Amino acid sequence: MNKAETILIIDDEVQIRRLLEITLSANGYKISEASTGKEGLIHAATVHPVLIILDLGLPDTDGIEILKKLREWYQKPILILSVRSSEDDIIRALDHGANDYLTKPFRTGELLARIRVAIRQSMGSAEDPTLTFGSLSIDLASHIVKKNNEIIKLTSTEFSLLALLAKNEGRVLTHQFILKEIWGMGYLEQTQYLRVFMAQLRKKIEDNPTKPKLLNTESGIGYRFVG
Amino acid sequence: MESVDSRPDPDELLASIIQDEEKSKRGKLKIFFGMCAGVGKTYTMLQAAKVEKQKGSDIIVGYIETHNRHETAILVEGFELIPRKKHDYKSASVEEMDLDTIISRKPQIVLVDELAHTNAPGSRHTKRYQDVLEILENGINVYTTVNVQHLESRSETVAQITGITVRETIPDEIFENADEVEVVDLSPDELLQRLSEGKVYAPERSREAIENFFRKGNITALREMALRIVADRVDKQLHDYMQQKRIRGPWKSGSHLLVAIDYRVQSTRLLRWAKNLSYSMGANIQAIYVETSHQLSPKENDQLNKNINLAKQLGIKVRIVTNYDVVSAIVDFAQKENATHIIVGKPRVRNLFAMLRLGSFVNKLIRYSGNIDVYILGADNQAKGRYREKVFVPSFTSTFKEYLAVIFLVFLSSISCYLVRDFIGYQIVSFGLLFIVSILAIFFGPGPIFLAAASSALIWDYFFIPPQFTLHIDKPEDVLMLIMFFFIALLNGILTSRVRRQEQKTRIREERTQALYQLTKELNTAAGMDGVSRIAVNYVQKYFTLDSAIILKTELGKLDSTVQDGSSISLSENDFSVANWVFKHSSIAGKFTDTLPSGLFTFFPLAGNNGNMGVIAVELHRFFTQGEEQFWDAFLSQISGKYEREFLRNAAKNTYILSESEKLYKTLFNSISHELRIPVATILGASDTLISQSYPEETRQKLYNEISIASIRLNRLIENLLNMSRLESGHITPRPDWCDVHDISNNVAETLQTELKSFKLTTVIPQDMPLVKVDFGLIEQVLHNLILNATQNVPPGTIIRLKIFYDNGLLNLQVMDRGPGFLASELNFVFDKFYRGKDAKTGGTGLGLSIVKGFVAAQAGTITAENRENGGAKFIIKIPVEIADLNQQKKLVQG
Repeated sequence: MNKAETILIIDDEVQIRRLLEITLSANGYKISEASTGKEGLIHAATVHPVLIILDLGLPDTDGIEILKKLREWYQKPILILSVRSSEDDIIRALDHGANDYLTKPFRTGELLARIRVAIRQSMGSAEDPTLTFGSLSIDLASHIVKKNNEIIKLTSTEFSLLALLAKNEGRVLTHQFILKEIWGMGYLEQTQYLRVFMAQLRKKIEDNPTKPKLLNTESGIGYRFVG
Repeated sequence: MESVDSRPDPDELLASIIQDEEKSKRGKLKIFFGMCAGVGKTYTMLQAAKVEKQKGSDIIVGYIETHNRHETAILVEGFELIPRKKHDYKSASVEEMDLDTIISRKPQIVLVDELAHTNAPGSRHTKRYQDVLEILENGINVYTTVNVQHLESRSETVAQITGITVRETIPDEIFENADEVEVVDLSPDELLQRLSEGKVYAPERSREAIENFFRKGNITALREMALRIVADRVDKQLHDYMQQKRIRGPWKSGSHLLVAIDYRVQSTRLLRWAKNLSYSMGANIQAIYVETSHQLSPKENDQLNKNINLAKQLGIKVRIVTNYDVVSAIVDFAQKENATHIIVGKPRVRNLFAMLRLGSFVNKLIRYSGNIDVYILGADNQAKGRYREKVFVPSFTSTFKEYLAVIFLVFLSSISCYLVRDFIGYQIVSFGLLFIVSILAIFFGPGPIFLAAASSALIWDYFFIPPQFTLHIDKPEDVLMLIMFFFIALLNGILTSRVRRQEQKTRIREERTQALYQLTKELNTAAGMDGVSRIAVNYVQKYFTLDSAIILKTELGKLDSTVQDGSSISLSENDFSVANWVFKHSSIAGKFTDTLPSGLFTFFPLAGNNGNMGVIAVELHRFFTQGEEQFWDAFLSQISGKYEREFLRNAAKNTYILSESEKLYKTLFNSISHELRIPVATILGASDTLISQSYPEETRQKLYNEISIASIRLNRLIENLLNMSRLESGHITPRPDWCDVHDISNNVAETLQTELKSFKLTTVIPQDMPLVKVDFGLIEQVLHNLILNATQNVPPGTIIRLKIFYDNGLLNLQVMDRGPGFLASELNFVFDKFYRGKDAKTGGTGLGLSIVKGFVAAQAGTITAENRENGGAKFIIKIPVEIADLNQQKKLVQG
């Protein structure tokens, strides 16, 4: 890391902010804190954070509203850290542009990992047409997928699905989002398509399809590709 | 004894207290009462209002007709006027009083002219006095004007005096219950003077009016009537006052009039007359209608309804009883009700049928009535004419076809007799014909029977009695026999048909009773409000062939804004406002009534013992007949009663839930406080130690670990409590979506990694397991809890098996282990809240399994716990699910 990257924490709970500050500083990040949504918006514009950790239950404005305002101009990852754990809340936040979602209480190890992935994702240049994850390589240009240097035969739908998830490595993609991207607007209710293709895809690319490592299910929400 | 006697009648006292209470909530009604138009009622009313206004009262003008009278118009100017509301009626625009604006303006006093006015079609009420009643109900005082001819009980007398029939009338009750009546009196000479000066009508109309209506004789008679009415009223007030203040007086209390009415127009006069009599006697009055075997024609039925309505308008309660014998019905009822006088109309019966039907009605009544006085009112000329007509009409309501049939059958049997006349002789033939007529009486009304009797008599005479083929009869005994034949045939026929009709009536009553019984039976099996509504609508359709809709009250006591499921008509916004009116005022409205009659439907309140349960709207094609209405009322009261019980049951259920949650709260308090304190104590203790003393790294690591474990335990407890409260509050609504059960089992294994370290979890899912439609999150939580439960109850190293398969519409989830299993005694409690196994490890909350059960139940599934054959526990869950088509899945992947 050349210079310390700033992470903005927007959360009204002092204790959580303190915990995050200690943990994140110890891991080499610079911290900027805001206890209200309004303050958070100002900080976001002035300190140029590399990532924002946003609480949904803010005292002045609803977190989703802050998320919407930030997304009008802020391109970098936003990670939601909230006690709201219903599927609806999570999907709503993801649909409004959040990159990831963690519910309180959370394990700091997990948080750090998510932060790292999100930052790397946002930094990664889209120039390289080949994505590599351990023994798996995906050539986006020539549609060739190799595992342990052996070509894996994928149907075009399977490839699109895999490419979509891999390009968004570490990010939760909701069912609706995937269905819209791969099959189109008319298929938003056809989750069974997704289930069938995911199972098929796992059989082809996972070492052990019953214990998937790459293609993770986020219960009731969607899928996440973990490289 | 004197002190006992001077005690007021408790019933009367109670009635007067209730009346007073009712009145104090309502606005006060002041009536300016005059003998006829032009005496200056409106003027006097305005002057009285002016005086009140100067005292500071908030007075507005709701409706005043100045009739272009200059003095009146000037007086009106000082008051706030509520603009009249325009109604469009048949392309003309009609102006009426704006009732809603007046009520929402809420003045202290509102002036409303001409109480007896009839509103234009499209108004809420047909009559203005109904508007005024609604204003009074809203606590607003009303000043209004009434002429003597507008009183229902006097309208006929006025018509007799003046020769002009009055159509706009008000029920006497309103006048009687008015808080104040002020007489506006003018001597006839003064009135005529005013008329001729053009102060009442424009000059050219004045002359016409003087010639027609305002004749001195008329005016004097009307004046006397008006003053007498007011004097009667004063008497009644005095009586009331004395009653209230326990002053003993010489009033004729205890008089109780019973007026017997029927389906004839004569009854209207009878009712008015009886009402006047009750005024002057200070007596209670009641009416009775006896339903006999007589089949009412539509016209008669109509008149009967009119009569009963008139009685209601006059404030007379009508009781309907069914009895074969009119006299004994009246006398029985009079004795039961302690009536002192019976009032009946004089029956003008001058024909044979009526004689047969009625017998000597009056004689019988007088004979049986004992010490009860009987008043018999003669019929006037007009009534007489109609009466005669009516005596003949009802009996011959049989159709032309029936007459033809009778003739045909008589001929047929005559021909048969003719063929065998040589064997049996002409005298026996008469018995045969008599027999036929009797048989016919079972199937036909009196009209055809008369025809049958007459025709068979003629046939017998012409064809059988010698000399044959002439009407001439030789032997005098044959003449006698012919006459006897005719009368016996007739009498026999009529008696039979009477018995038959009585039997028909009984049958209808039986059917109705049966229907009510069926309704009650079915209602008792109904589940929930919706069930009751569906049955109610079905029965209304079945027994009345009417479409209907039911609107119930909500828990807030207001009328719901949607109709109940199962209703067979849909209601417009207007209909709902009528329904609301009905609900609020507990009286019927809509089509065929006087209130809001312009819509398509008629609305009836569903009155329970404690207020209205809701409203039923029906699409009537004509209003109910008297019998139907009684049946309908009984029907509604059954339905309302059931609704009321349902409402009560819901309330009881809520109370039960409340007490259950109180119990939960207590258990929670006892159990959870312990469960919460342990991890908190651990965290506090460990962190304190870490802060205050320096320990070797190894010890510190151990303490950190303890803090971590305690936190996880705390977090799990909170999760469980949250889930439990979601379940308890009924906030779990499964959202099934297509799921790959592998995903679920993987996720569970993933999240329980730490807990499963010292166990072995094997998952068995068949190769061809289809996608199932379930709530992913709920199933995940169910399996999570079951597997976690197993880890807490079996020794380390034990194999825990998770088996998932689909069988015959059911998703089967089985979690089993080879641990100690359940004690036989605890099998019944394992799913109970806060129940914990005897040997369970610490750290459980006793909530996990009850959450499992709740989540499974939320998806309409079942869960059972049992001991495995070779030891160990087994949980079996079965959830009905939809599955995806396997072939389609395969095709999808290949394509």
